Amino acid sequence: MQLTDHNSSIGLADSTLTKPKPIAATLALATCALLGAVSPLAQAKSDSADEWKFDTAILYYGETDRVSLVEGVISATKDFGDEHIFNGKVTFDGLTGASATGAVPQDTVQTYSRPSGNAGYAVAAGETPLDDTFKDSRVQLNAQWTQPLVTDLRGSTGVHFSKEYDYLSLGVNGSLARDFNQKNTTLSVGLSYQFDSIDPVGGTPERLGSISVLNSLSDYDLYDAYVDEDRDDNDSGNAEFDAHENHYGSRDGAQDKDTIDVLFGLTQIINRRTIMQLNYGMSVSDGYLNDPYKLVSVVNNQGTVQDTLFESRPDSRTKHNVYWQTKYAMDSGVVDLSYRFATDDWDIQSHTLESRLRYNLSDNSYIQPHLRYYQQSAAEFYQPFLLSDQPLPTYASADYRLGDMDAYTVGLKYGQKLDNGDAWAVRVEYYQQNPKNAGFAEPGQLAELDLYPSIKALIVQFNYQF
Amino acid sequence: MTNNGVREVSIEVRSDHICGHFFAMASPCEVLIDSTDQQQAFAVTQAIAAEAWRIETKYSRYRDDNIIHQINHAQGQSVAVDPETQQLLSLANTCFELSDGRFDVTSGVLGQVWQFDGSDNIPSQTMIEACLICSGWQNVLLTDNSVRLLPGYAIDLGGIGKEYAVDRCVQLAREILPSTSVLVNFGGDIAVTRPRQVHPYWQVGIEHPDPARATQMLVTIAQGGLATSGDARRFLLKDGVRYGHVISPQTGYPVIGAPRSVTVAGENCTQAGLLATLAILQGDQAEVFLQEQSVTHWCLW
Repeated sequence: MQLTDHNSSIGLADSTLTKPKPIAATLALATCALLGAVSPLAQAKSDSADEWKFDTAILYYGETDRVSLVEGVISATKDFGDEHIFNGKVTFDGLTGASATGAVPQDTVQTYSRPSGNAGYAVAAGETPLDDTFKDSRVQLNAQWTQPLVTDLRGSTGVHFSKEYDYLSLGVNGSLARDFNQKNTTLSVGLSYQFDSIDPVGGTPERLGSISVLNSLSDYDLYDAYVDEDRDDNDSGNAEFDAHENHYGSRDGAQDKDTIDVLFGLTQIINRRTIMQLNYGMSVSDGYLNDPYKLVSVVNNQGTVQDTLFESRPDSRTKHNVYWQTKYAMDSGVVDLSYRFATDDWDIQSHTLESRLRYNLSDNSYIQPHLRYYQQSAAEFYQPFLLSDQPLPTYASADYRLGDMDAYTVGLKYGQKLDNGDAWAVRVEYYQQNPKNAGFAEPGQLAELDLYPSIKALIVQFNYQF
Repeated sequence: MTNNGVREVSIEVRSDHICGHFFAMASPCEVLIDSTDQQQAFAVTQAIAAEAWRIETKYSRYRDDNIIHQINHAQGQSVAVDPETQQLLSLANTCFELSDGRFDVTSGVLGQVWQFDGSDNIPSQTMIEACLICSGWQNVLLTDNSVRLLPGYAIDLGGIGKEYAVDRCVQLAREILPSTSVLVNFGGDIAVTRPRQVHPYWQVGIEHPDPARATQMLVTIAQGGLATSGDARRFLLKDGVRYGHVISPQTGYPVIGAPRSVTVAGENCTQAGLLATLAILQGDQAEVFLQEQSVTHWCLW
């Protein structure tokens, strides 16, 4: 009896529950006043939720006697709260120098026409032919938006735009990541589409078409190739130079390529210290996959160049790759080990083994040695040169990047966090590519020449986060 | 493992942190230190234990040598209070106002007539009404440096003290080890100084309020406070009605229909603990209340 009475009075008390008051916020204020402290959560929020975070980097990449590149990146990230994150990135590259054309060296001086067909250049005896007009700048814009969709499911979508003098690239991407097993397991799936258009200088060359070899070296070409290091002078108008005819008047214009990438990923927390990731990726490209500036030499049985052709690659390429990465947290740093296997229908197979060891020197500084080894087998149509007594194949490329090769990187990074929360890091790396003979006999003079010179590069990067 | 009532500190080296143990405020207390330095861990555990024992001594209502005893035995006289006590009582006042009188530190006297021992011993209505006469925060006079209770009134800071101690100890840990994550856990009331180095979260098991269901709820916490209100072992059962140990100061009766336990994550442990208690005081509306306040919470019914 009593019980009933008091139940009802409690019921009455409960029914006085009216519109919600900001009790949690008032209590947060009151308790913080009591504790004489700024609320740590409020602090954490002001760190992550309200401000833009910037990551800036400048990178120098220089190959000995070949390409050098300077790249600047500004990346800005803003957390709009509840894991709604925007990232925007601007990248600017300036590229200068020379890259291997694919043509073989000779024991005499060689002359070539420029990609535009407007002029020629000469290559000294025993030297690998390089196209030294490599001078380009590229600007790239990326934007990415990530947010939770429903419990344990995150979505991300982004666009990219990249433009250089003869190249345009546009892309869209989307991905979903789902957490399982108390967030210890994450499955992700990603899809991206990229459209590329290349408008080669002087038009698109004919596949395995002969380049125009100048009949005789004119004086200015010799001057250009051997003496004058300052190319700006040439632009100031050598009448003879300007009067030179374009030999490729009948070339096609811009060429397109479509690429679709699919990625499936599994991330698993193994224990408090170990996290493992396994990815499978597939990439299908369709369209113009040639490098319009790459050449293939045709040699006779003495190894002497008879003709020089533009390369020809298939119109489609399907790549598969498997990637495994493990990170292990030590008391004083992080060990990061990864392996990638890639294979494609051009018959290139590659293995990449990479390790980084982050070692904390103190609470706010670290050093990180980096080792990477890469090995690949040649594409089925890779030929360092063609033989004049053999019929022309449908596809041929002498680009060393499609041949047998291995490469390694050795580097060291030092990073420091400043008292104001900013951080900076500097990275110095040595990168060497070693193209190899994929079993081709070298007739005549070619046996005496270095057809597979190593490419040595230095990479220096400085970055600052604020 | 713990020596109840004995003021001793010990540490235990675990796989990826060090755990300090001691006993205070009728609870086993743990200090988790994200470090491998045993000397440092022992020193911070000692400092935290000393602070916990200081607060226990100062605010326990079972002692006759502290400020609470003075206030409760002043026979209607005003008692001068130090700033710490004044601020705690101000917080009690804020809670009383925010909860429309449901949270009342003067209602502790009711706890003395209700014995939550799992039996069906319900006190008589006369007893309850006698107690109700001697309670009501609205009759307390709190100034900037003093407090005055009516004769027969008593305050009990049990509903705030432990959570307050957790927050004070976390502040202390933050001062001693500014770059190391330290978790303080006094019998389920928890606070963390900062995210951990490797994986930012600590994982903490919270006991299910029903001991028969030997499951643990695992929660992760990187920063801030976590507190639980509700206790499966402290209840009365009569005519099939389960009376939990939280008493409504307005009726003198335990709240009926509330979750067996409410866990709230907040900016600090004191705020989380108050929100959990206020939620229980809403009875079967506990979860609605917490949702309205948009706080991370776990209710076990």
